[in-house]
Amino acid sequence: MNRSKHWYEYLWIVTPVYLLLGFFNILFAWLGMIFFCVPLIIAIATGNKTYCNRYCDRGQFLTLLGGRLRLSRNRPTPNWMRSRWFRYGFLVFFLVMFLQMLWVTYLVGAGAQSLGQSVKLFWTFRVPWHWAYHGTLLAPWVAQFAFGFYSMMLTSNLIGWIVMALYKPRTWCVFCPMGTMTQLICKAKAGGAQLPCTACGEKEAQT
Amino acid sequence: MLSKKFAQVDRDFCVACGSCVKVCPREAIFVWRGVTAAVEALRCVGCGKCARECPAGAITLEERGAAQ
Repeated sequence: MNRSKHWYEYLWIVTPVYLLLGFFNILFAWLGMIFFCVPLIIAIATGNKTYCNRYCDRGQFLTLLGGRLRLSRNRPTPNWMRSRWFRYGFLVFFLVMFLQMLWVTYLVGAGAQSLGQSVKLFWTFRVPWHWAYHGTLLAPWVAQFAFGFYSMMLTSNLIGWIVMALYKPRTWCVFCPMGTMTQLICKAKAGGAQLPCTACGEKEAQT
Repeated sequence: MLSKKFAQVDRDFCVACGSCVKVCPREAIFVWRGVTAAVEALRCVGCGKCARECPAGAITLEERGAAQ
């Protein structure tokens, strides 16, 4: 089935470009705030997961790696990984780590801690990243936030690539904190609405 | 004529990522309000592409009549 591609089907390029930019200049990590805010804004404003379904660059990149490039074993995602407690547990863990990153940013801003020119992988391993910091006219906390945010983005990408290789291309989506948050928002917005009867071939407005 | 099987979504596991929607050759599956994917049973031909693609293992193929 040949059909022309939509512009948003090329958004996978954003993932490698973002990671590359952060490799050369850490301040580009701030662009990652777009990936944080846009899904939430869409979910709150429209009550759907159009971001995940259509615009998510990471989802597309994982599909490309695992699907077209066949880097995925395509095995079923383990039961524990798709369970509710793991999804919500990972979301809580992720948010706690995000708050901790904001706390370190605050400490640097307050002058209680010096700027750490490194990236922390898997919230544990400190990797030197000083080449990506060229000094800034802005306050040191701006760079500290960039290092912290880039650490989070790189770590979550690495987790995504690992589970993509081990299981299905988009296994990351099962426990993606943004996906879990936006689905929770959508559930709250849908309230008690009932899924329309799909046995008769009718469907409500999509997505 | 309807196919013998059709896809069904387990809403407890569906994460509404939409990967099933992209692979359905009949446009028989959609994401309802960002909550769950849902299958239009009459359109579904039971090819199983969505079930293979689903990262959450939320889609299974069921015999018509047994599940409907």
